[in-house]
Amino acid sequence: MSSVKPEKLERKIRILVAKPGLDGHDRGALILSRAFRDAGMEVIYSGLLPTPDDVAQMAIDEDVDVVAMSLLNGAHMTAFPMVGRILKEKGARDILLVGGGIIPEEDKKLLQKDGITGNFGPGTPLKTIIDHIIERVRKERWKLK
Amino acid sequence: MRRVESYWRLKLREIRRLRTDSPVVFNARAIQKIRRSLSSWNRRTLRPWLQKSPESPRSYETSSSIPLKRFYTPVDVAYLDYERDLGYPGAFPFTNGIYPNMYRGKLWTMRMFSGFGMPEDTNRRLKYLLEQGETGLSIAFDMPTLYGYDCDHTKAHGEVGKCGVNVSSLKDMEIIFDGIPLDRVSTSMTINAPAAVLTCMYAAVGEKQNVPKRKLRGTVQTDILKEYIAQKEWAYPPEAHLRIIRDMMVYCTRYMPNWNYISISGYHIREAGANAVQELAFTLADGFAYVDLGIEAGLKIDEFAPRLSFFFNCTMDFFEEIAKFRAARRIWARVMKEKYRAKDPRSLWLRFHTQTSGASLTWQQPMNNIIRTTIGALAAVLGGTQSLHTNSYDEAWALPTEQAVMVALRTQQIIAEETGAADITDPLAGSYLIEWLTDEMEERVYRYFDQIESLGGVLEAIRAGYLQREIVENAYRDQLKLENGEHVMVGVNKHAIHEEPPIDTLKVNPAVQDKQIERLERLRRERDHPKVKTALSALKTAFKDSRANCMYPMLKAVKAYCTLGEIVDVGREVFGEWREPSLL
Repeated sequence: MSSVKPEKLERKIRILVAKPGLDGHDRGALILSRAFRDAGMEVIYSGLLPTPDDVAQMAIDEDVDVVAMSLLNGAHMTAFPMVGRILKEKGARDILLVGGGIIPEEDKKLLQKDGITGNFGPGTPLKTIIDHIIERVRKERWKLK
Repeated sequence: MRRVESYWRLKLREIRRLRTDSPVVFNARAIQKIRRSLSSWNRRTLRPWLQKSPESPRSYETSSSIPLKRFYTPVDVAYLDYERDLGYPGAFPFTNGIYPNMYRGKLWTMRMFSGFGMPEDTNRRLKYLLEQGETGLSIAFDMPTLYGYDCDHTKAHGEVGKCGVNVSSLKDMEIIFDGIPLDRVSTSMTINAPAAVLTCMYAAVGEKQNVPKRKLRGTVQTDILKEYIAQKEWAYPPEAHLRIIRDMMVYCTRYMPNWNYISISGYHIREAGANAVQELAFTLADGFAYVDLGIEAGLKIDEFAPRLSFFFNCTMDFFEEIAKFRAARRIWARVMKEKYRAKDPRSLWLRFHTQTSGASLTWQQPMNNIIRTTIGALAAVLGGTQSLHTNSYDEAWALPTEQAVMVALRTQQIIAEETGAADITDPLAGSYLIEWLTDEMEERVYRYFDQIESLGGVLEAIRAGYLQREIVENAYRDQLKLENGEHVMVGVNKHAIHEEPPIDTLKVNPAVQDKQIERLERLRRERDHPKVKTALSALKTAFKDSRANCMYPMLKAVKAYCTLGEIVDVGREVFGEWREPSLL
């Protein structure tokens, strides 16, 4: 992994951590929020129970680089792509989407096609997730190599 | 308020004093002698040994960061007073267990939680379990039901029937229990925010079967406080839910004497990231808050306290978990007796269900989860649980397959029938470590009670986000320990292998949502519209009048086939919604 260390980043990454569905399992989302913050990112947390619409709107209003979505209730195949679709409709296709949760292999491929990457399962080290986000933001948002 | 605040402070001081009392069981001179020989052992045996073979420098402590010595001696529990601190099984303060002969008289109930898809699927599953000789049913609901949304609500999209069965109206409950005689089974329903509605639905199904309410047996979880603290499935602000729970307590005390209307739950608090001491402290604090609620509603303590039961987690820190259950029983019994003046022994009993920890399971190398569940289950049995759910090894992946559920059930049966662990009550009693750890946890729990009280009680501590943040901070600390290797999960951060997803997972048929919506639409067309309208408006009036008991109009609304979403929405309109305080 050739990722740049968080403290050496060109500027601060703005990230929205969101749980777009009826899912109160917020342990992972809250741990990630703290980890992203400790990695120097500006973190916005969606709070619980936003709709995909709410999440997309929040991402635009907060002008984030990336939305990190977490669901553990099995509804990722509906909710994640829907956030992507709404962002596109609202002209914000450049906001990056990453996902995580209990996501079966076959779903990961489909999500990837919709531009939702990562799709990290339980037990993934925080560093792997942070590196993935930094790499995508630098390459796709900031057009850096 | 002042007077109550000083209660926990006094209690904490008393607990500390007890732990410095002069020996009763042990002889004071013998203790002095051990102290001396221990110090010489330290000098002559241990120190030279450590010079030759040094220890790994990591810290040795329990999940709750209680530092552990290398071993324990009578000196650590010199104050122990057998009759005061342990009593006997079935005798105050019930440290050993709530029944005199424990599992020799009644084995724990092996209650496996299940439910998914259409009401018909769950009905078939329940009938199958009954044919296998089970009498204790346990039902899981899907997310829309848990939050009180109908299956056709936009928020329900993609979630219908996923994590449990969907119930959008009485019609669905009629199907779930079709052909199941409610006077012959006990049903546990894991439902919180809309627990009162589901209780009404169960009573209505009973009525159709000509089973009177007083004969209905079962449990609804109803523990809304832990929802704000941990599981985060609510419909209204806390005071509104507590008011409905108050009505339910009064109603059930009067009409449904065999209905356990609250199962005070630490399970979710632990899963959300709390440690064992936090799980115990926050759960018992919730329990006392419900006791206060019942008393404020005018009920007498012994009228309702026997209906309160508990639900705990059991995870991998073996000895700490066993000590936790013992401390739980003693704290509950003492406070119920001393603070609330309960007389009925059943009010003093901390009866509890245990589920092995879901968070202990790993997605990696899933077969290892069988071992983890076995260890957790054994600790729960040694801790004296009344019923047990063992998780299936594939549950970090999806809902369990039948084969995995079978292994999980067999795990309990092997512990019960092959190990002898159930033959002796509280077999670890008297272990210097277990007794010391039980007392240490108890003291730390009282420290939390004191802290919570100084914030104004559980409700205020929730409003301030204190309990939630305590959990998040612990969860984050644990995660960092996992990342730096201080905390080991085999197959995750140690002994990991490259692996392909090797096991079959259960898939829920996506057609469930369409079928449920179709049924709901039919119901909305065919029901008696004026009756629905009247019932909902009566419910609204009751919700607005805090002196009214909302259970009566709610039962009417359920019987008029008002949908779950319609009923819960009346409350949303009257009580508003809840936004939790910032936890970052």
